[in-house]
Amino acid sequence: MRRYTYRTALLYGALFVCALYFLSPLYVMLVASFKTLSEVRGSSIISLPEVWTIKPWIKAWSEACSGLECDGIRPYFIATFEIAIPAVAFSVLLGALNGYVMAKWRSRSADLIFTLLLVGSFVPLQLYLIPLAITLRELNIYGTTTGLILIHTVYGIPLTTMLFRNFYVSLPDELVRAAIMDGAGFFKIFFSVILPLSPAIAIVAVILVFSGIYNDFLFALTFGETGKRPIMAAVQNIVASSYGIKEYNVNIAAVMISALPTLLLFLLAGRFFVRGLTQGALKG
Amino acid sequence: MSLSLVVTGLAWQWILNPTIGIQRLVQDAGYPDFKFNWLVSPDHAILTVAFAAIWHGTGLIMILFLAGIKSVDPEIWKASWIDRIPAWRVYFNIILPQLRATLLTAVMLLGFQVVRSFDVVVALTDGGPGYASDVPARYVFEYFFERGRIGQGAAAAVVMVVTMIAIVLPYLYFEVRRREA
Repeated sequence: MRRYTYRTALLYGALFVCALYFLSPLYVMLVASFKTLSEVRGSSIISLPEVWTIKPWIKAWSEACSGLECDGIRPYFIATFEIAIPAVAFSVLLGALNGYVMAKWRSRSADLIFTLLLVGSFVPLQLYLIPLAITLRELNIYGTTTGLILIHTVYGIPLTTMLFRNFYVSLPDELVRAAIMDGAGFFKIFFSVILPLSPAIAIVAVILVFSGIYNDFLFALTFGETGKRPIMAAVQNIVASSYGIKEYNVNIAAVMISALPTLLLFLLAGRFFVRGLTQGALKG
Repeated sequence: MSLSLVVTGLAWQWILNPTIGIQRLVQDAGYPDFKFNWLVSPDHAILTVAFAAIWHGTGLIMILFLAGIKSVDPEIWKASWIDRIPAWRVYFNIILPQLRATLLTAVMLLGFQVVRSFDVVVALTDGGPGYASDVPARYVFEYFFERGRIGQGAAAAVVMVVTMIAIVLPYLYFEVRRREA
């Protein structure tokens, strides 16, 4: 029995260390973003603040400087949503359609195209930078919101296609056959039969694609419109470009604000996410 | 996983920063000789990148394995309890083999992420000090956009692709073998 308690203690000790490791950044960021500047500079950022203040958050939201412009991160925040919402909508819808075709209207080339899509999505993004830059320039949308929407839509499609295909493969083919017997066409089946069955996987797709786009840094840095850059590039720029005194508390608050949307998304929808995944999205 | 690698990198950069982070905390607590300056030490900077990347990557892998373990038949526990098999053997010899697909997926995903890691390095160390924690992805970016040497950058990007192929080939080999079997 003694051996057992010793083991339990060891187990809880290990779990405690892990918890500390995973929670410490959140704690430090929260605490430091509520401190005054003098306090941040006067002690480590880890200790609790003596005076709580929300000024850093306000300043980060509307006054912090990125390069020469000092509008805080609000414009970038809005710009990111302007890009992410249409891109998520397009790539999830197209991915669902793709997955439906590949799973239920099997043609000989479906597996080949699927493999190609997967291979394409695993190629490092850096390889795409120059071709993308040329394409966007020829289309005359280089450095615009439209350009980034296009890029993220295209780049999201392999992931959404894979998710929806693997989900639709597990649906019985009889559903489609019965619908054909009833005289439904290709799109009628998709919208009236297949789509109503897919909210579980759609949530997974939306969460993954949205956080992917929101958290994207490389494309944001390369193709973002000056002054309307997506948030991750903007935040990195704000942190890297403070002249004179580094306002750690404002920078940390800016990073916290930029982290909030995906954090909230996962806190609110995380349960559906795990459920969607366990329901067979990742099988095969 | 919900957090971006930029946020991860920046957060750890502050925590590990010698003047305001852990080192300062311990020094203020009464140990003025305490040193924890891995972030700015050429020999250890890459370890801090790994530290932050592990922090970032663990969540997704945990969800993957949770999904995998949930699909393992709970009867196994009862059977192994009757046979008096210790818990760790059940994990290693019965459950882990069943999670082979999950394990492979996890290794692949993380392998790719490591090869193309860019955000976390830029946010945490920016390749520094010097070039101590430089990575291929950052090298490519630098040659493309800062030095304007597109040829060399593109060549480096192809090297990255080759690395990824080296990761994916064993996996494909396994897959094909399994389907033929």
